[in-house]
This record gives sequence, structure tokens and C-alpha cells, in this order.
Amino acid sequence: MTSLILDGAWELGPGVAIRPERFGALVYSFHTRRLTFLKSKRLLEIVQTLADHPSGRAACAAAGVAESEFGTYERALGTLVDSDVIVPRSAER
Amino acid sequence: MTAAVPRLVDEFEQGLVAPICLTWELTYACNLACVHCLSSSGRRDPRELSTDECKAVIDELRRMRVFYVNVGGGEPTVRADFWELLEYATGHDVGVKFSTNGHRITDAVAARLAVSDYVDVQVSLDGATAPVNDAVRGVGSYATAIRAVERLAAAGMPSFKISVVVTRENAGQLEAFKALADRYGAQLRITRLRPAGRGADVWHRLRPTAGQQRTVYDWLLAHGEDVLTGDSFFHLSAFGEPLPGLNLCGAGRVVCLIDPVGDVYACPFAIHESFRAGNVRDDGGFERVWTDSSLFARLREPQSAGACSSCGLYDACRGGCMAAKFFTGLPLNGPDPECVLGHGEAALAAREDIAPPRPAPDHSILRVSHACDESPAAGLH
Repeated sequence: MTSLILDGAWELGPGVAIRPERFGALVYSFHTRRLTFLKSKRLLEIVQTLADHPSGRAACAAAGVAESEFGTYERALGTLVDSDVIVPRSAER
Repeated sequence: MTAAVPRLVDEFEQGLVAPICLTWELTYACNLACVHCLSSSGRRDPRELSTDECKAVIDELRRMRVFYVNVGGGEPTVRADFWELLEYATGHDVGVKFSTNGHRITDAVAARLAVSDYVDVQVSLDGATAPVNDAVRGVGSYATAIRAVERLAAAGMPSFKISVVVTRENAGQLEAFKALADRYGAQLRITRLRPAGRGADVWHRLRPTAGQQRTVYDWLLAHGEDVLTGDSFFHLSAFGEPLPGLNLCGAGRVVCLIDPVGDVYACPFAIHESFRAGNVRDDGGFERVWTDSSLFARLREPQSAGACSSCGLYDACRGGCMAAKFFTGLPLNGPDPECVLGHGEAALAAREDIAPPRPAPDHSILRVSHACDESPAAGLH
């Protein structure tokens, strides 16, 4: 099944800073001035490596996400897209 | 992805690698003498951190990935090096949200502030009308604040804040505050009156009534994330549905205060020796205080609900505000003095003959004592 989120290529949004924490990470956007929480270390790993993978799906797979869990991560990444924490990767990269 | 998940609250109560919300009062000097000042500001403290010491703290905050600091005072802009420190912080990826009474916000300053993604401004205003505001913040302070707001709006400053401490006198003006903020393209922020600093002197007469607390809660729920609160009204979550934001006391766990002389306190409302964790001038600087202080370690341990443990709403309000309890002489593991079930009122009545701890240090230029209310010069000797 195709998915805009899982098949898209993503990178961190402009002005986004990440601080790893015991439970995952804090993410702050200087642009939107909003604080977001990544509630697992795996989600943190995926977010940090999105720019190195051709798609969200590839980043999830590389972080060890099982096929059956893709839906969970698709929703999590969707929330991050909505809050501009991650943005579509610019073509020239 | 939002904060309203209980498990995350449990994580936060055990402390974080660095604070989420760090308040830094840059100076105790102030051109105003607000009756409810949390830091009892007025006179500059001669031991104030130097420009270089402040820059060293900013370097540390950057290393610790503290995304932004809430700068206040006193009036932070009266420091001669304020703009230099602002540039230094924002140039080192440490965002600055600063609170001001607007005194030094000229057209030129407003224009400079408007172009930085890393700067946010909060103009303090405690009445939607001059008489209500000026009774708390001093004669002329309403006009000064509104002039600053006009200048920020004219400069195109995006989403600056108008910050209001809710009192018995202004609780009926919430709609007027919202309209005022909307008129200038600002965001409204309302926070809770604490009995800290000079606020201890006026808390009993200025704190919202029980009925007003309910009105504030309903109004906040209706406005959702449209109105900011600094998550300061979490004790009201016991009315029912939780308010947006972090509903817990973050003192020493996700929040702390650096005062003008470098002392680190558990929170901005707890300037008292009992809540002093260390000083940024100590070996290891701020980071060591944050990670190693015995006070903060105690605050990060599981806390006893004490007298509240039998209350079914404890999970909603989590016992309320530590500082409000402390400065009203209530046990820290019991109800908040403004507990919405009235348990705080009962606790206050039960201990009314015992004097609560006095907020200190005091940098007031003039402090009117209760004993001699008719003589404003009392206590000047």
C-alpha cells in the first residue's frame, strides 16, 4: 500500500533542534516556537536518519521497525509533518 | 506527540537532561515596583553576574541544548549589556523569550526584535484598563506597556505576548485582555498569582476568589491552546478535563531559575534558601547544579501525596504548586492553598496563627509592611 508519509523523502525542518532524553527526545522548532516530544528512542533514531534514506519507509526499516508496526510510525511521522518538525526533502539534495 | 500522556508526566517528574523551561532573572534592578513582584525587585544587586559570566552561562546552555531561556528580572532591559547578551544568546542557538514592562521598547528596538526567529517578547500588563493595571504595577505603567505593544505591532513583530497575572481585580477582564491582544496581533498569556516575593504581601487580597478560579478554568478550556498559561494553572485541572500543557509541578525537574547573582532555585516562584540548589559560579557551573544538586535529586524522587493521597483528584492536580504551599506555610505534601475542593482553605485556617516563611532575599526599594499600612515609609530604617 502506498503512503504519502512512508513513501515520501523527508528531512528536519528549518530551525528544528533535538535533545535526546531518557524517554526519547525533546524537539523544538525555533520557527514555530513549539515543543514536541518524541516518545521513543526508535522514533528519535528514525527522525535523525530520515535525511539519509530515500523514504520514510526505508528509515523505519533501517531502525528495525517491523512491517506490522509501520502504521504506528506512519501516524507519528504524520504528526511531525503537521507541526513542521519534518518537511519534504528539497529536490537538489 | 503532545504532552498530555501520563507516562510522559512520570518521565518528567524524574527530571530531564536539561531544563525545558529555564527562567533567568538578569537583574534585580527595576524602574517599577509592582506590588506582586515574584523576585522582590527594585535595587540592582552589586554581586550581579558580569557580562562575561552571563556569556559563560549561555555557552553552557548551548552545550546542554537548552533551546530557549525565559529572561526576566527586575526589568532585564535596564542592564546596559542586555542587547549584547541577547545577540550573544541568539547567535549561539539559545532562543530568548524576555519579559518587559515596555519601558525601553523604542521604535528602533521593536524593529530589531521583529526580524529574529530566536527572540520572543512578553509585555507585562495586569489590567485591561489603566486603573486596574496601575494599582498593581504603578502609575503610568499601563500607558508604557500599551505604547510598547503598539511599537511591536507596528514593527511587524510576529506573535509577541501580552502577559497577565490573574488577580481578583482583573479576573473579570479576560475577554477584554483577549480583545486587546487580538487588536495588536499579539498572543495572550495569563499566569497564576503566586505568594512569592512581594506577592506574599498581597496574595490574600489579590488572589482570585473560588468563583473566579472556576471562571478562569472554563475560559481557558474554551480557548484551548489559543491562550498561553506557562502551564501555571494546573491546580485547576481538578475541576475536570485537564488544561492543555504539562499538568505537573516542574520545579527542579523540568524547570528552574537562575537569579541575577547566579543562584539556582528550583523554580521562579521559589526564591528562598530552602529551594536554592547552588550557584552557577560554583565548580562545574550550571550543569553541575542541574545534574548533581541534592535538592534537585530529592525533587526528582517519587513524592508523597500526603494529606492528598485519599483524594480521587490527586492525579489531576498533583498537589498543585510547591511554592504556593511553602509561602503560605502549608506542608509541601498536602493541598495547594487554592485547591479547588477547598482543602487548602481549611489547611490555611488550621495554621493561621503560625507565620509562614518570608520570601528572601528582598531587593525592594520600598516595602510596605502590614503592620503600618497607613505609613508607606515604615520599614525604611
